[in-house]
Amino acid sequence: MSTRFTTSVVTANDLFEGDVVYLTPQGGWSRIHAEAELFTDQAAAEAALDAANAQPDRLVGAYLAPARSGPDGPEPAHFREEFRARGPSNYLHGKQAERMC
Amino acid sequence: MYTYSEFDRDFLATRNAQFRAQVERRIAGNLTEEEFRPLRLMNGLYLQLHAYMLRVAIPYGTLRSAQMRQLALIADKWDKGYGHFTTRQNIQYNWPRLRDVPDILDALAEVGMHAIQTSGNCVRNVTADHFAGAAADEIADPRPVAELLRQWSTDHPEFQFLPRKFKIAITGSPNDRAVTRAHDIGLRMVLQDGQRGFEVIVGGGLGRTPVIGKVLAEFIPEADLLPYIEAILSTYNSFGRRDNKYKARIKIMVNELGLEEVRARVQRRFETLRAEWQGADQAILADLRRDFAPPAFRVAPTEAYEIAYKNDPVFRSFADTNLAQHWQEGYTIVTISLKAHGATPGDATSDQMRLMADLAERYGHDELRISHEQNVILPHVHKSDLPALHAALQQAGLATANVGLISDIIACPGMDYCALATARSIPVAQEIATAFEAREQDIGGLKIKISGCINACGHHHVGHIGILGLDRAGVENYQITLGGDATETAALGERAGPGFAYDQIVPAIERVIDAYLDLREDPQEEFIQTFQRLGAQPFKDALYLTGDRADAA
Repeated sequence: MSTRFTTSVVTANDLFEGDVVYLTPQGGWSRIHAEAELFTDQAAAEAALDAANAQPDRLVGAYLAPARSGPDGPEPAHFREEFRARGPSNYLHGKQAERMC
Repeated sequence: MYTYSEFDRDFLATRNAQFRAQVERRIAGNLTEEEFRPLRLMNGLYLQLHAYMLRVAIPYGTLRSAQMRQLALIADKWDKGYGHFTTRQNIQYNWPRLRDVPDILDALAEVGMHAIQTSGNCVRNVTADHFAGAAADEIADPRPVAELLRQWSTDHPEFQFLPRKFKIAITGSPNDRAVTRAHDIGLRMVLQDGQRGFEVIVGGGLGRTPVIGKVLAEFIPEADLLPYIEAILSTYNSFGRRDNKYKARIKIMVNELGLEEVRARVQRRFETLRAEWQGADQAILADLRRDFAPPAFRVAPTEAYEIAYKNDPVFRSFADTNLAQHWQEGYTIVTISLKAHGATPGDATSDQMRLMADLAERYGHDELRISHEQNVILPHVHKSDLPALHAALQQAGLATANVGLISDIIACPGMDYCALATARSIPVAQEIATAFEAREQDIGGLKIKISGCINACGHHHVGHIGILGLDRAGVENYQITLGGDATETAALGERAGPGFAYDQIVPAIERVIDAYLDLREDPQEEFIQTFQRLGAQPFKDALYLTGDRADAA
């Protein structure tokens, strides 16, 4: 079954910390969703995902997550990805806390 | 209580050393994630939305105070200062780092605890009535049998690669507080001609295919129980489906083969196995009974309790909701609610854990229990100690008098933590608890259970009101089920109709509750009794503003 491609970021969990990371336009990994590279082209996105999967020594479970362009950079386009980008809603833990430091 | 033997300690040390080496090899790049994943899962380590999660087994929900203190220490040293008690009587740490997990496991081993078989297709942590050994209605303490099952199933070579996970629950009481009918095997102690044995229930389970378990054997004598359970596992291991993960639980095997055929196959296997068991299990069980002997209860006056009950309305409210009847005169069972209004169900801070450990040591014969309802229990408290205990709990925000009420909600971690979740559970529970705080005593006994996906860790199918969070076209949506029952009269709730958006779920529950308050015959008739008397329709009408309620639209 083929599904229509939606603009996406490449995301994974960090092997050591377990937290969420995003592939940046520079080819590095950021903890911040807005710093991710937004892929509008399916072939480029899949090539980037392949490259991410070739880094098993620092990443776990890379996948393409739906995202859209926003004023400060890419924004999550699904509520699950919003939680991954922010942290849990019951405590000020995770990325939302790190950003306040 | 059972204390680890030299054998247990050596086994754990070996397993922990193995896992430490596996973590090092993963970090060094010598194991791929595909290779490492089953190894970490065998040791309770998941990778969730924001971080790793370590699930630690609390066998049959029983803890000593030293163990609870160690759980607090782990929360402080390697996590974020709290732990989450689960519907399987486990504790989960939501934020460990991979490199720290081997140290955490060593810290657990120091107090005879581990995370083995808290994941994977094996026999999981055996759960039990959280009032075991204390409840007035109990035939006998089921925990010696539970511990026997733990020893038998831990690292059992034949049952490490079952078709799917396997959950066993046990109770010694006719009043089922262990949800035995929603487990792969449920065991209910029964007496027959003065002889102790078990009713064996098989093929219950919630999840995507909820099934109330069926009675496979009405009475298995205690001496035959372990070979009989081994025969069930062996039959399931041979005939359970492995072609489809969603059809691999024993409940599907029972439904497809039919109960009679399963019974016949188990019986054939049992007859072979029974002869092979030479009674070693019964010798161990006899030792375990000594380990679980009741504590040295004291005989003392209870006036202090009676005076506080008469004069202090806050204490009286706590006593009315959070105490249960102990078999020993002068004693009571205290449930410490981890459901303060607006708090996360099942969470305890490290300070709260230490306080509960101290109180268990001072007032509770050094014992604590974790309930599947995500509360902590002090099973043996002399009534004269209750005023002091209550005062200490109040200081720590642990004296919420809501056990069994609408705010005593079971909720899974949901999409705030869980990688499998399709919607959040925790904030829904927080908002419901807060919304009904002022009138929950009037509403009376009511079980709300919330799951954030169809896997049903929050037991929503057996909630009087169940809430299931789903992803509907990229938006959180909540289905309501009505009339579920988790007790000995277990029943699956009936789906009320279309789901509700996140911001509509609390108003929807309010409509159901308002309808109940209108419809009940008197304040003594609890929600589930009104539901059973009238059926689902008036509650559906209230939810969807149909029928007699249409005018309210």
